[in-house]
Amino acid sequence: MAEDDNEIILSELDDDELTMQMMDDLYDGLKEEIEEATHILLDRGWTPYDILTKALVAGMTIVGHDFRDGILFVPEVLLAANAMKGGMAILKPLLIETGAPRMGKMVIGTVKGDIHDIGKNLVAMMMEGAGFEIIDLGINNPVEKYLETAAAEGADIIGMSALLTTTMPYMKVVIDTMKEQGIRDDYIVLVGGAPLNEEFGRAIGADAYCRDAAVAVETAKEFIARKHNQMSA
Amino acid sequence: MTDALSRLLETRDWLMADGATGTNLFNMGLSSGDAPEMWNADEPAKIKKLYSLAVDAGSDIFLTNSFGGNASRLKLHDAQSRVRELNRLAAEIGRDVADAAGRPVIVAGSIGPTGDIFAPMGTLTHELAVEMFHEQAEGLKEGGADVLWVETISAPEEYKAAAEACHLAGMPWCGTMSFDTAGRTMMGLTSSAMVGMVDKLAHPPMAFGANCGVGAADLLRTILGFAATGTERAIIAKGNAGIPKYVDGHIHYDGTPELMGEYAVMARDCGATIIGGCCGTMPDHLRAMRAALENTPRGERPTLEAISARLGGFSSEDDGLGEGGAKRERRGRRRS
Repeated sequence: MAEDDNEIILSELDDDELTMQMMDDLYDGLKEEIEEATHILLDRGWTPYDILTKALVAGMTIVGHDFRDGILFVPEVLLAANAMKGGMAILKPLLIETGAPRMGKMVIGTVKGDIHDIGKNLVAMMMEGAGFEIIDLGINNPVEKYLETAAAEGADIIGMSALLTTTMPYMKVVIDTMKEQGIRDDYIVLVGGAPLNEEFGRAIGADAYCRDAAVAVETAKEFIARKHNQMSA
Repeated sequence: MTDALSRLLETRDWLMADGATGTNLFNMGLSSGDAPEMWNADEPAKIKKLYSLAVDAGSDIFLTNSFGGNASRLKLHDAQSRVRELNRLAAEIGRDVADAAGRPVIVAGSIGPTGDIFAPMGTLTHELAVEMFHEQAEGLKEGGADVLWVETISAPEEYKAAAEACHLAGMPWCGTMSFDTAGRTMMGLTSSAMVGMVDKLAHPPMAFGANCGVGAADLLRTILGFAATGTERAIIAKGNAGIPKYVDGHIHYDGTPELMGEYAVMARDCGATIIGGCCGTMPDHLRAMRAALENTPRGERPTLEAISARLGGFSSEDDGLGEGGAKRERRGRRRS
């Protein structure tokens, strides 16, 4: 850290300024600063859930929007997600202890026949950065792998990725199997990958097509919020 | 001694490269999920056929079946110990096809991305990337490739590592990146930033450019971005045959041979010297491209409007070269 007069001392900021500063620090991918600020807010009596939602998730939302708008690109976003994970690591055990609502759990993998995983990895990193729990199935997954893992883990979301035009139709196989087993509505199904589009997502019966990792995070948050509303209604 | 590609470039003012590899191999029965590189050993006749399709359709350059032939990708198939062998075979089969063509045809040793993300976020380091690319480059050289051909790269770090690996192998090379995110590469590089990066390399490529990405129109916008820098280096255009569409349960690329013929001519007018296709580009497309390039006189550099009118709209409003994209106002910096 630069030893000059302009140096910001996190502990000297009031709550509002500190959360604003955390958003800036997330934006710049400063992991240590995020960890320090998380500890400060905990010491000031903030609940883990408030720190998660009002500082970390709020900050990552700004990052996500600027990624969507072509202002930030993958390298910056991954650094931001890494900083977020630093804060999450501190909060995670406390969130479980306090019984705070979970962000959600996602099972993700590339579909059977598809070995291209960089897009899937980016989504997994950003979803984790946004506070979701991720079960990464890796590449080349048959329908059983998705469904058995989702059931065993009590997942909320099944995410499927494909880079090839020859493998993307397999997503429909997974969704059709879910329908046959009567479990389609138990999960939010998100699909993505370079050759896909919205029309394809609708045609195969997915809940949504996600153009990129930032959209995946936004979409997942929306669907989880809807699910929570339904449960409390 | 000059290399075969340089000699060919001295006699011609444009060259045609090949089209799709994956799309053609799937048509020959490759199963999704299998590594195409295994066929260099297991199905050499089919790989020979793949290369011949491109040569017979008029390609001056074809890429070897070695795109995923680096240790990191082959590890997914537990074949990381076969990098040298599979790359050598890919080039050897290519050498046979090129030498029997009866005209100068260039065997370009394809080198695709590692698929890994660079540190600090990922696991890849410069040294590791150079080592993997170098291993692959030596195999391709051993098999008789005329030139190495790095393609579909997103990260500038990876492009630089590939440059160093080609240098270590003592091979001339060409290298293209994929501009698929609002006119930039996934890692945020613009077309003009790529030119700047390429110019600074200690072992620069003999030609550089763009491949894959979104559609033919987007790709030509990127070529215009290269040309606008005034670069003297030969530019490569290798665009997809349109955009994949899902129709009645199967996928097809919406670019017709006629459209790809128009694309090829426009690519040349945009300033590209080496013109080919990428995903979805079949022999019929290549034949139409060759005929169009031979039968159409050179024209003026097309405008963006002319490109979108002929080839379809762009996937994003701009390509990152304009003044837009205001950065977020920060409250103050804590470190530089």
